[in-house]
Amino acid sequence: MVRNMKTRKLETKDFIWIGLIGILAALPLVPGLIGNSFRAHVLILILLYASMAQSWNIVSGYAGQVSFGHSVFFGIGAYGAGMAVVTYGLTPWPGLLAGAVLAALVSLLISYPCFKLKGHYFAIATFAIVEIFNRLFMVWDWVGGALGLDYPILPDGWKNFVWSETKVGFYYGALGLFILIFGVVRWIETHRLGYYLRAVREGQETAESLGVNSSAVKLSAMAFSAFLAALCGGFFVQYNYRVDPPMVMSLDMSMKFVLITILGGVGNFWGPLLGAAILVPLQEYSRAYLTSLGSGVDLIIFGIIIMLMMIRQPKGIMGILQDLGIKTGQRKPEREEN
Amino acid sequence: MSTLAQVLLDGLLAGMLYALVAAGLSLIWGVMDVINFAHGEFLMVAMYLSYWMGFLAHVDPLFSWVASGVFVFLLGALTYRFLVSRCIGKAAMAPLLATFGLSMFLKNLCLNRFSPNFRILQSTLLEGKKILLGNIVIGMPQLVTGIFSLLLLFALYFLMKKTRLGWAIQATAMDREAAELMGINTDRIYLLVFGLGGACVGIAGGLLTSYLAVHPEVGSLFGLIAFLIVALGGFGSIPGALAAAVIIGLVEALAGFYIAPVFKYVAVFAIYLAVIMVRPKGLFGW
Repeated sequence: MVRNMKTRKLETKDFIWIGLIGILAALPLVPGLIGNSFRAHVLILILLYASMAQSWNIVSGYAGQVSFGHSVFFGIGAYGAGMAVVTYGLTPWPGLLAGAVLAALVSLLISYPCFKLKGHYFAIATFAIVEIFNRLFMVWDWVGGALGLDYPILPDGWKNFVWSETKVGFYYGALGLFILIFGVVRWIETHRLGYYLRAVREGQETAESLGVNSSAVKLSAMAFSAFLAALCGGFFVQYNYRVDPPMVMSLDMSMKFVLITILGGVGNFWGPLLGAAILVPLQEYSRAYLTSLGSGVDLIIFGIIIMLMMIRQPKGIMGILQDLGIKTGQRKPEREEN
Repeated sequence: MSTLAQVLLDGLLAGMLYALVAAGLSLIWGVMDVINFAHGEFLMVAMYLSYWMGFLAHVDPLFSWVASGVFVFLLGALTYRFLVSRCIGKAAMAPLLATFGLSMFLKNLCLNRFSPNFRILQSTLLEGKKILLGNIVIGMPQLVTGIFSLLLLFALYFLMKKTRLGWAIQATAMDREAAELMGINTDRIYLLVFGLGGACVGIAGGLLTSYLAVHPEVGSLFGLIAFLIVALGGFGSIPGALAAAVIIGLVEALAGFYIAPVFKYVAVFAIYLAVIMVRPKGLFGW
């Protein structure tokens, strides 16, 4: 368990990780893959949702504090970038940073009292916070109220972070976000904070008796998580060219963070990516091809999948892979359990 | 003065209905420690059933609540048998997420079948009838629904406290294994509790159709408010649910009238958070 933190050797997981990034970075070079804009759209959403889910995974997977409030942080990030562009006529970058910092601060303010609550009480408190933010943003004129913010037409490029002709720029933007967030989580996982988080999840009292300051550990996980979720929000608003409260700050958006991670495998490094890689294409293609069956079919299918998954294997796809005897990059199971 | 009385009365009547919706959730939560995320959607299903019975067969909501109650009782029992019983005890959040999946399924199925349009039942028996007390107006549909909800809550309380079935349910809630050893079929108790919880919300939904429009999203807000009420009142406590529901109903009406209609739910959620910070397990929780 105790290893020399400084001279960590590269492990199989790191090689898989570097190889994966290489493949993803080279994807736009394959002709016809990104040129087809719907396929590019699906790939971008996979990377975005995997990043969102991974940011949620820090506090809810590794630290075990199941939050249904992440759409608040996501929304603050989205409004940060959106207001920088629409309200102040700047580039989105300062807004992105300001939004992420603000989201981290808000998360600390919210979590400090809420971490006193246990189990379902914590979950319901986070629902209530989402509803409060949603309704306040709906009537707050400074942030655009219920109408939201619509982007003006801007020149393409990295400066404004918008592209109208091709989606390659967004693809690399999403890839950058993905690398950043997965990199941060990999770093946390292999460093002291990661061990503390898992210790707190497995037994808060035991961890405290061994000298872990559990509330500091949970709060720092929450701040990391909120900061990264807000960056995803900033990307989301750039990609959609608009933002309004139900789009970003709603229970449905919060549930996306939860469901993708849970379906992939909660508290697991690869879980969010697997969840997104399966759910996003399913949702986007069923939305595109099943429209003849009427509205809501994609979500009907989504609901059925969630129910089946919870019945069969609540540990998600990672759990199914483990059942099948496939190594899932978890070096020693006893480190995860107990 | 009469404005205040009017607002308080509206809040009180809304609170009584919320109490019935929340009592079903509270029962399930208290006995099984499971949050039924599809609770609001059960209400929506009951409302659609009552609406279609009124629209197609001209059965008034005053009578069709029986059918709604029975239907949602069965829906709840089936949910337990085929969904919840299979993911209980596997992972902490599994039943919550499974019922979330169910809520998504039900909501979008109704959206797909019945369109997102708001539908309100015309020419019901109580439509437009009201009682005037000085300057205070009491709508008959609201009054009947509120009083009926209160009576059902008393019946439920009586069932839990005075009958052998209620004792068995309480025993199961306290310690499932010990109850099992005493010869109580706890699986059947769970099934029954889920059904009863469904019946409460089913009856509430059936009555609600007499004055509220039904649409696929109608259950979401009710469901959320029911979660708050249960957490505020303390899980498993019917008097707690009633007290919390009345508080929520009053806060909603007062904030909606004296601050602004858009702030009524902000006030409701803020009150909840304020209380829960002082009493983390709710007013009547332990």
